Amino acid sequence: MSENGHGVKFWPGNIVVAEAAVAAGCNFFAGYPITPSSEIAHQMSLLLPRGGGHFVQMEDELGAMGAVIGASLAGAKALTATSGPGMSLKLENLGFGYMVEAPCVVVNVMRGGPSTGLPTHPSQSDLMQARWGTHGDHPTIALAPAFHQEIFLETIRAFNLAEQFRMPVILLIDEVLGHLSEGVVPPERDAYEIVERAHDSGEPDKFLPYDVTAGDIPPFRPYFDGATWHTTGLNHDETGFPTTDAKHIQQDMYRHYRKVLGNRDVIDKVEYYMADDAEIGIVSFGSTARAAMAAVKQAREQGVKVGLLRPVTVWPFPKDQVYEFGRDKKYLIVPEFNLGQMVYEVERAVHFDRPIKRVNKVGGVPIYPSEILAAIEEVA
Amino acid sequence: MHFEARFSAVGGQGIILAGTIIADAAFLEGKHAAGSPTYTAQVRGGPTKVDVIVDDEPILFPRTSEIDFFLSLATRSYNRFGADIKQGTPVVIDPNLVTIPPEHEDKYRIVRVPIIELTSSELGRMVYTSAVALGTMVALVDVIGEDSVRAALKRRAPKGTETYNLQALEVGINATREILAAMS
Repeated sequence: MSENGHGVKFWPGNIVVAEAAVAAGCNFFAGYPITPSSEIAHQMSLLLPRGGGHFVQMEDELGAMGAVIGASLAGAKALTATSGPGMSLKLENLGFGYMVEAPCVVVNVMRGGPSTGLPTHPSQSDLMQARWGTHGDHPTIALAPAFHQEIFLETIRAFNLAEQFRMPVILLIDEVLGHLSEGVVPPERDAYEIVERAHDSGEPDKFLPYDVTAGDIPPFRPYFDGATWHTTGLNHDETGFPTTDAKHIQQDMYRHYRKVLGNRDVIDKVEYYMADDAEIGIVSFGSTARAAMAAVKQAREQGVKVGLLRPVTVWPFPKDQVYEFGRDKKYLIVPEFNLGQMVYEVERAVHFDRPIKRVNKVGGVPIYPSEILAAIEEVA
Repeated sequence: MHFEARFSAVGGQGIILAGTIIADAAFLEGKHAAGSPTYTAQVRGGPTKVDVIVDDEPILFPRTSEIDFFLSLATRSYNRFGADIKQGTPVVIDPNLVTIPPEHEDKYRIVRVPIIELTSSELGRMVYTSAVALGTMVALVDVIGEDSVRAALKRRAPKGTETYNLQALEVGINATREILAAMS
């Protein structure tokens, strides 16, 4: 870690996540070290105590996710970070987080799988796990930045979205980005917003933890703040106690979806690269999108009209933006560092009406620009 | 300008630091830099490497694919990481520790610098290996100014070791220049 004297830090991506989390107001981390995410925990263990925050190395990933939710319900801005098998272990409690509406951020530094897979090598094969990993109907917000400056800003945004919508938010990076050192300029505090969850201001003894009469997001009151309230993973009513009232449950589950799908103007984020007059379109995210951008640049130098759409918010999938981008393209290419996951969303977004070429790879060696360039040349 | 370098060794020789200093030096000159170390249990004794990219433009793809400078301090790291190297590229090996396939003599510009022996005899402490290794690159590749490398090294060196690290850099530069003169 270093800095060049002009405010540019030369940091590994994992360090960027930790520094940005603290910049976003994170004051609690619970985790269990796992490659290639461990540097996030390590850095948080250094940073948090300095600012009065708390770092706990838990006995395992399950406990870590539980501690993060507990801290969140006590009012903390909580973070955990993991990878591969660790993410699998967190999923049960992640569902609990959705159910009890606990704001928190979960970082998955993706590595090869399934199972122990490729501990020290990258992959993008947890995209669908981020969406559907825990059981049950639930909306998901997942962000997948590709550059270190963006990792910094998206980590802050992950905390803000978690707070605003009272739910866990997943930050997806991979080993390529986690261990890559590159330049990042941490923004000044007045250059970004910090969002706090809406708090209940009524009488503590009249507090209803899931009172949604005023809107889809129930006002929050932390534990140990005068009010006593019940938390359960069971479907519950406004009191927080279990209910089997089918009508209420259906309304409540739709409310959860509305929190995300009704606020896409705040949540959605895509970036374009050389897309204006493109006849061939590439849709790619995270570190692979960087290889795709390099390929687009090379193809443009050869006169091929190709451009890229890069979802930064990967869940909810930016289907409208992909439709607009893809509908007039003569070919779409979807490079992803897995055996094909985002391609299903792209197919749906363009109504199965465009020819799509997949570029897939597994095994720990990232997709190279030359491989994407070859795909461009095939369809050009 | 787009430049790719790879430093390889075995864990514990401190070679990862050399790559980081190159990246720092590039930053000091206002260039863009990216560094990717191997991350495995190998940092504790197995073959290790660090890849560094320096570019005038923002770096899109952060991994190496056509390496312009390769340095190796161990045969097993040479064999494991000696791929994607451009033909004719300067390749620095420590002749006491690295044996290369005979066909590589023509494929690359092999420069034999006894880095470990030099470090031991001139500096007396092996912690300066990475600074000597850096010196070989400075002598062979004209991508980053010597002064920037010195400044980055000074900034990175643990307090109290700055003078020795800078001295180690000079040892690497001078030895490589002498070897090059003898080769030509």
